[in-house]
Amino acid sequence: MIQEKLLSICPAAVFEENTQWPTMNIDSAEWRKLAEALKNENDLAFDYLFCVTCVDWKTHLTMVYHLSSTLHRHTIVVKAKIADRNNAIIDSVYNIWATAELNEREAYDLFGVHFTNHPDLRRLFLSEDWVGFPLRKDYEDPINMIKL
Amino acid sequence: MDVKTQDPRATFPGEVHPTPGGGILVSKLDDVINWARSNSLWPLVFGTSCCAIEMMSTASAKYDWSRFGFEVARATPRQADVIIIAGTIVNKMAPVLKRLYDQMPDPKYVVAMGACATSGGPFFYNTYSVVKGADHVIPVDVYVAGCPPRPEALLHALISLQAKVKAGK
Amino acid sequence: MFQEVGTTEMGDLIINVGPQHPSTHGVLHLVITLNGETVKKVEPHLGYIHRSIEKMCESLTYRQFIYVTSRMDYLSSHINNHACALIVEKGLQIEVPQRAQYIRVLLDELTRIASHQLWWGAMAMDVGAITPFFHAFREREVINDIMEQTCGARLTMNFMVPGGCMYDIHPDFVKSVKDFMAFFRSKLSEYDEMVTNNPIFQARMKDVGVISKENAISYGCSGPVARAAGVVCDVRKLSPYDVYSQVNFEEALETEGDCFARYKVRMKEMNESMRIIDQLIDNIPEGDFQAKTKAVLKLPKGDYYTNVETARGDFGVYIVSEGATTPYRIKFRSPGFCNLSALDHMTRGSKIGDLVAIMGSLDLVIPDIDR
Repeated sequence: MIQEKLLSICPAAVFEENTQWPTMNIDSAEWRKLAEALKNENDLAFDYLFCVTCVDWKTHLTMVYHLSSTLHRHTIVVKAKIADRNNAIIDSVYNIWATAELNEREAYDLFGVHFTNHPDLRRLFLSEDWVGFPLRKDYEDPINMIKL
Repeated sequence: MDVKTQDPRATFPGEVHPTPGGGILVSKLDDVINWARSNSLWPLVFGTSCCAIEMMSTASAKYDWSRFGFEVARATPRQADVIIIAGTIVNKMAPVLKRLYDQMPDPKYVVAMGACATSGGPFFYNTYSVVKGADHVIPVDVYVAGCPPRPEALLHALISLQAKVKAGK
Repeated sequence: MFQEVGTTEMGDLIINVGPQHPSTHGVLHLVITLNGETVKKVEPHLGYIHRSIEKMCESLTYRQFIYVTSRMDYLSSHINNHACALIVEKGLQIEVPQRAQYIRVLLDELTRIASHQLWWGAMAMDVGAITPFFHAFREREVINDIMEQTCGARLTMNFMVPGGCMYDIHPDFVKSVKDFMAFFRSKLSEYDEMVTNNPIFQARMKDVGVISKENAISYGCSGPVARAAGVVCDVRKLSPYDVYSQVNFEEALETEGDCFARYKVRMKEMNESMRIIDQLIDNIPEGDFQAKTKAVLKLPKGDYYTNVETARGDFGVYIVSEGATTPYRIKFRSPGFCNLSALDHMTRGSKIGDLVAIMGSLDLVIPDIDR
């Protein structure tokens, strides 16, 4: 079972109940080590990172990574909790999965999460001089946003 | 000096030339020129989102718009007469649109195609990056409703634009 | 991946392609570093059609957000709507009647053919042949007429709802689709003569824009881009939804990973779509076209993820729900975003004419990338 294997790599992980795929909650500091193990271990072999999201829970942010293996055909979801909203930092995994490069730029642009060791962390969708991170729950924009 | 005896042409700042042949020749020439211009408006290739597909459908064989003179769609604004804004304009694209409009030579016309270019369309509420209507950026001559408008609706808009040009606007 | 190849040296020319350009398939701004005519680095600048869809959907109910996905990847609008309907049905455990499932798959496959038609016409136009564009649109118009008869719209039809379809199909639907199949089969052989077997076309597409299988997986490519490199990734086969588990069709796979392989994959996909439609069109069961659902839909608290196979690749919807009538966070995993990230890798070292051919073969729809 992959759950035992994952717990052995990352003992502080908490698995959620009744989810579509095995979902583990970890702290953001352990992400890099877990990511390397997920890619390189032969019986895990998660080589397809297909969804990188960030969710704003008002008190903290969470980065959600959906990973799948083309070899063993299993899927997991990793949720890395970032406790400090004003100084959101997590490791970048651009050199493990190449798709993370653009996806992390998107998360930086819309949520303000800073990825350490990212080669080129700039805004992606919004113009360079935009102030604020629009997808955060406390984003106010009285000029552009017309509320229904 | 008494105002009534003062000759207005003495203090007129420019020079007054009498037209050779009189006014009737120039207005007839204007009509011919307007007719020629209206039947040969060349659009600029500018489609941002879904309405661009309906614009391409209007350009292709079933709803051909080159019957009405929109034969060549130029890629460069320097050679285009009309810009058909097909799609949503967002904050990042607005300066680009303004620059394209400025690069077009006079006389130039603008058709706002679709709900997004008219007023922001389905993206009116709760969006932080959409310009609510292309007329916030450039002056628009014809608006076409629809999401996306049918090719016949776009053709109707282009024919109304032609009528507008023919009337001398 | 950043390697030393991409640094700027004396004599390099940095030019902009787009955002307004006849061949960027939408508003894509590429900043290209050229050494003579050889491309050294391609950097996409996105956001020229970023319509803040994800933020907007946080204030729309579970029935209302479906129309927005039609406008994202507008060429496979039915398939995007299908994904949204599927995720709500999964969350609320709604059972969709068989008739609705058949109709949904039929409309999906017709949309796939229409999308690949437009791709074919635009790809040929990028490479230099203008005539196939008109041929492609002629066929697309027949499909648009079928869609208009049943769904009411030609391009962005919000026909799928959680529970099935919005209305029943038109009485002439089956006959129109069969007529289209007969008409289209004869055209596909015409396409092969005109474009596929053309030596100039093949010379421009073979060995151009090669991506290996490992890189395709690492960049997150899906759809025809990944299948041309040999990756088995068709969502209709790996996690079938609706009646895809009951039809026979093959996944189109090639191994070379170049532009011509992507071309062949899409042509084969059109044939397989026709095969699926042939199997389903005569057997649409009687019954309801929509399951009874509550008036107000509220997804229970939790996370949900569904993916479908659009004409571009693997489109995923991820909803985080707190039990309200609107989603707390919704994320659309678009196939074009990851396919575009592989563009730089594929184009290093090619000529600038190859860049246009590669962009055409990737089949990018920019509103899908920018959301």
